[in-house]
Parts: sequence; C-alpha cells; structure tokens
Amino acid sequence: MNCKQSTDLILPHLEGELDPAQAAELDAHLRGCPQCRASSDEQRQLGAALKTQALRFAAPAKLRLRIAAALEDEAAAESRPRMPTASAPPRRPAYWRPAAMAASLVLAIAASSGMTAYFTLPRQQDTVVQQVVSDHIRSLMAGHLTDVASSDQHTVKPWFHGKLDISPPVDDLKDQGFPLVGGRLDYLDERPVAALVYRHRQHPINVFVMPADAGDQGDGAPRGMESFSERGFNVLHWRQGGMSLWAVSDLNLAELRDFQKLFETGTAQSGS
Amino acid sequence: MVEHERLKRFNDIAVPHMDAAYNLARWLTRNDHDAQDVVQEAYLRAFRFFDGYRGGDARAWILKIVRHTCFTWLARNRPVEIVAASEAEIDEERTLADGEAGGAASGNDPETLLLQRLDAELLTELIGKLPPLYREILVLREIEEMSYRDIAEILELPIGTVMSRLARARQRLQRAWRHSAAARHEQ
Ligand SMILES: [Zn+2]
Repeated sequence: MNCKQSTDLILPHLEGELDPAQAAELDAHLRGCPQCRASSDEQRQLGAALKTQALRFAAPAKLRLRIAAALEDEAAAESRPRMPTASAPPRRPAYWRPAAMAASLVLAIAASSGMTAYFTLPRQQDTVVQQVVSDHIRSLMAGHLTDVASSDQHTVKPWFHGKLDISPPVDDLKDQGFPLVGGRLDYLDERPVAALVYRHRQHPINVFVMPADAGDQGDGAPRGMESFSERGFNVLHWRQGGMSLWAVSDLNLAELRDFQKLFETGTAQSGS
Repeated sequence: MVEHERLKRFNDIAVPHMDAAYNLARWLTRNDHDAQDVVQEAYLRAFRFFDGYRGGDARAWILKIVRHTCFTWLARNRPVEIVAASEAEIDEERTLADGEAGGAASGNDPETLLLQRLDAELLTELIGKLPPLYREILVLREIEEMSYRDIAEILELPIGTVMSRLARARQRLQRAWRHSAAARHEQ
C-alpha cells in the first residue's frame, strides 16, 4: 500500500467501514509510515472535535413565532379560493402549539406530484421564467424591493423617465386590495427592465415590464396569457400595449390571475 | 377548516426539525439574520409542497428543501462562493495525498501542529472558510449525525459520492487546520 491509497482509507478506517483485510493492510502501512500515522491521528482528533466542539445552532424562539404566523397566513390564503362565496376567514392569532410538536412525526400523506415538479426542474437551464423568479426572490431577500417607494402612480411612473426606453403602465389598485408599493430598475434577459411592486396582504408581487420584442421565448407567435410555476412561485406572462409583462408572486394562481386582470384593465382604462 | 387541518399535520411533521433546518442554514449563510430568512422561506415552500411529501424521513424531506433554498440564496447573494467550487470541481478535487504526499505538511513538525486545540471558535472559522458543498456535508454528517443514506437523499447523490465527498471535506478541513496551526506557529 502506498501513501495515496492509505490517505483515502484513513477516514473509512476511523469510521469502522473497512473490511478486516483492508484494515490490516492499512494498519501495517501506518506502522511503517510516520507521516500517514500523523495524518490518521489528526483525523481522529478532528473527528472528536467535530463531535464535541462544533456548534449546533438552535432555531431562535423569534423565528419559530415568525414561521408559525407566516404559515397561518399562508393557510388562510390557501383556503380562500376554495370558498369563493364566503367572506375572508378571520386572521387567527399566531401562536405556537407544544402539543402539535410532540405529536407523531410520520404520517402517510396523499401523494401528489407537487414535489416532483419542484425538484425535477432542470437546474442549468436559465430561462426567462427562472430569471423572473430569481429576480423576485432577490428583491425580497436582499431587502431591496423598491428604488422609489410610493403608492402614487404619478410618482412611480415618471421615476422611470430617462432610465428606460419604455414608459411602464402603472395604476394603484389599492381599492381592489392590491396597493402599489413602488418601483425599481431590475435586469431581465440581460437588459434593464421596469419592476413595479404591488402587495396583497403580506405577499409582494413583482411586475416586470419590457418592450414586447424582448424576453419572448419561442417563435414569437401571438399567445394569450401564459402561466408558469417555478420554485413555488406563480408566474404570469402577457402582452399589452406593445409591452411584454411578467407578474410573479407567492400568491396562489387564482389570486395572481385576479391581480393580472385588475392590472390590465386598470392600466388600459387610465391610459397609462 | 380543511386548510387548518393541513397546517396542523404539517406542523406535526416539520416543526420538530426546525433546529436542524436552522443549523444547516446558519452554517451555510454564516449569519443569524440570513439563516432566519432562508428557513422561513423554506418552511413556506415546504408547506406549499406538503402534498408531495409521501412519508419517509421528515427531517431529510425538510432539509432537502432548506438546502435548495440556501443554495438559491447563495447563488443570488454570494455567487462567488458557489462559482468558486461547483459540484463537479468539488468531486474531482485532488485529494490530500495527491498534493501533499499523504503525511503532514512538508517542513512542519506534526508534533507541534497537534498542539493547537480545535475548539469551537477555531472549528467555526475553519469550517466557515470551506466551500458550501463541503460545509453542508460536514454539518449533516458530523453535527446532525445523519446516516449516509439520509444524506444521499438530501443531496440527491449516490451514497458512494456522499462518502467520497465527505472524505474530501474532512481532508480539506485537516489541511486548513494545519495551515492555521503553521501560521500561528510562525507568529
Ligand atoms: Zn504513508
């Protein structure tokens, strides 16, 4: 056995995974080779230190409360489209349930393909849809939702003047439950685009606006509205007034479609 | 209400693993604030895809979503860390033996290097400097003490690749330890 073979076997040996013959061979090499013996000692110390010293960070109580509240909101939002005639369910206070935590962990859940669709998306393929979702995630996580924060379309729309070749349609939809939050410049398909930000309850919506010739996938044939699901976000694509528009949010599809209809009608009527 | 029944079932299954989820995110993002954001995002996604959970190890299911969310976050916020060590490069990396002839770093006396104690602070520093793909496998194996099989499921890799990647991670950590010991020795 040479030193290279020995090095690759040291860790499996320490973890007790070598068969007796291999183990004996390695032990023989270690007896005759001070360097590999030192290496093995180091790995043993490293393993012990990792087990006893490496920090295991516990989830802060604040995070548990935050997630409980967010899940309650999510559950409330999900139940809405299934009962279209009922009024919105009352917001339940966020609280934690120790009883639930102690309950059994493994349940057989009716299977659906949701998870499969999520994880079989090709990772390398960088389509516009994926960029739309990535831009959306980045805007939320980087805490950089808007460059111009205003609920007034007469402030947001002129802000884009001189920054882009297009003038994006902007309409405040507060009365319909989708208040305008602001706008920012973003990049899509390697060109600057207008990003309009709306909100529905606590869910932000990004609307990306670019000239209709840009970022259109495929043959360029006219299409109606297209919808996509990517990494748990819903994405709608449509065209109006010579522009190509993408709306993305973690809202469910029915609510995002509602928003899209309101946006298209509202901006067409206001002529903006 | 149907949706609240679903939420209750989800809480029963996912909440007990929030420490594991946070620990992984904390090591990958290396700060509390970002780890909290990532874990919350991951839990919301998990809830949305809950119908796709078919039983089996709940911790592996949650951690798979957490790591996916972490790497999306890293790709956006720390692209350099990802680009510097892609999956293919990691798994084809030269081993310690190729580069350093098996034993201790040349020119250093192994006895003196071993004097440097590996405490929590030093481990955090050394692990934090490893590429994220090494960091996550060390966290899952050494801190969460998960089986190769569960790790293989989380990383969507063959068990053999998990074992060889873990070995490389341990060798990289060993090398980093030597370098830090040598650096202190010189001071
Ligand atoms: Zn040797």
